[in-house]
Amino acid sequence: MRITRYALPLLAALSLTACGINSVPTAEENAKAKWADVENQYQRRADLVPNLVSTVKAGAASEEKILTQVTEARARATAINVTTDDLSDPETFEKFSQAQNQLTQALGQLRTVVEAYPQLQSQQNFTTLMSQLEGTENRISVARRDYNEAVREYNTTIRTFPDSIGANLIHGAKPMVPFKATTEGAEEAPKVDFGQ
Amino acid sequence: MSRAPALAGGVKQWLGQWLAVTLLLVAAAHSVAIAQTFPKLTGRVVDEANLLDAAQEASLTAKLEALEKQSTRQLVVVTLPDLQGYEIEEYGYQLGRKWGIGQAEQGSLEKDNGALLIVAPNERKVRIEVGYGLEGVLTDALSSVIIQQDILPRFRDKDMPGGIATGTDAIITQLTLPEEEARAYAAKVEEESRKASDGDGFGLFIFWLIIMFFFFVLPIILGSRGKGSRYRGSSVGGITTWGASSGSSWGGSSGSSWGGGGFSGGGGSFGGGGSSGGW
Repeated sequence: MRITRYALPLLAALSLTACGINSVPTAEENAKAKWADVENQYQRRADLVPNLVSTVKAGAASEEKILTQVTEARARATAINVTTDDLSDPETFEKFSQAQNQLTQALGQLRTVVEAYPQLQSQQNFTTLMSQLEGTENRISVARRDYNEAVREYNTTIRTFPDSIGANLIHGAKPMVPFKATTEGAEEAPKVDFGQ
Repeated sequence: MSRAPALAGGVKQWLGQWLAVTLLLVAAAHSVAIAQTFPKLTGRVVDEANLLDAAQEASLTAKLEALEKQSTRQLVVVTLPDLQGYEIEEYGYQLGRKWGIGQAEQGSLEKDNGALLIVAPNERKVRIEVGYGLEGVLTDALSSVIIQQDILPRFRDKDMPGGIATGTDAIITQLTLPEEEARAYAAKVEEESRKASDGDGFGLFIFWLIIMFFFFVLPIILGSRGKGSRYRGSSVGGITTWGASSGSSWGGSSGSSWGGGGFSGGGGSFGGGGSSGGW
């Protein structure tokens, strides 16, 4: 009887090591690293935009409206920063995601508009910028998917037994927010109106 | 004492349920991740769409092998009969990761240094998929130039083997250059394109003259004739497209440290670098 009295807490303590003490932070750090990738790629896109705008402005000056939209969408998107603590805050995350999606949409519109300018299309500078933009958009979608995957693993870890014990009692882990499918935002027409 | 076994049974049942839920979740996570099927990595040239004959395949394989021997970099040429409804960009990086083209992390050696040349003849799409480690050498812009100048013209003439061979040669040339030279060349391609458009400085000057004329001089002249202005805006639209670019502040090649790559060679990883085209 005496032995079991001591053995039980000891067993419990031992079993705790299998209760998410290590796996929860591991999954969390992984998700945060993937988030850093997402941010890097968005930053890279933001860096490309001013050059793209000035190139298009020179070749298609009459498209000022869409260029203003792109510039303002970029300003709004870069104004919102998501720290790794915000990753479990759906509201901030949603704001960031929406602002970036609006920039995506504005750039998409710009791409459609410039198709009417063969002179612009034949400029190597322009095609170079476009290939870089496309590459970046592609990297963004890869990074977003990787992040979502990491978040799902993390959220699964903190919600399932036995890791959930450690997650709740020791780490106080909160679930992280994944990106929603891009198509959701893409369906609604961008309603950016600059008070004409 | 009959309660104890019942209690133990309850705990057992509870444990069993948890286990089942956990297993289900893990299984669900896995099934989502591997919904896509990929061809087997049978060699450096995986010609699933049968675009190449044996001799062409052998000559490509020899070149690709020499590339790896010289630089440890892995390039794989793959032709696909269909993309299973995926975008070639989406398919490409997952194929690269699945195959693990390029070297895995290993001390100070260059890692994730793989690339794929993917041709999907039925979707009429081609893509150069670049592993994380090569993104600074085989940039998006350079990949795009190779596709547009070396590959697509031949594909449009229905010369699939020719396009694949020329494209592969161009990629190999870039990948066998010493690091510094390769980066310099990638930057030069981008630089040249900038100069090409900047070189039209005179055009820009004329452009502004015309703008000045239409927007300032003409209205003044017309305005001085009275209120019955005959200003025609429609002619402006054609002229505005004449502009030359002034994107001189734009920085050099894109960043090199982001992304991923891999080959049943090394286990490298891909992050969506590269460029695609269609014909």
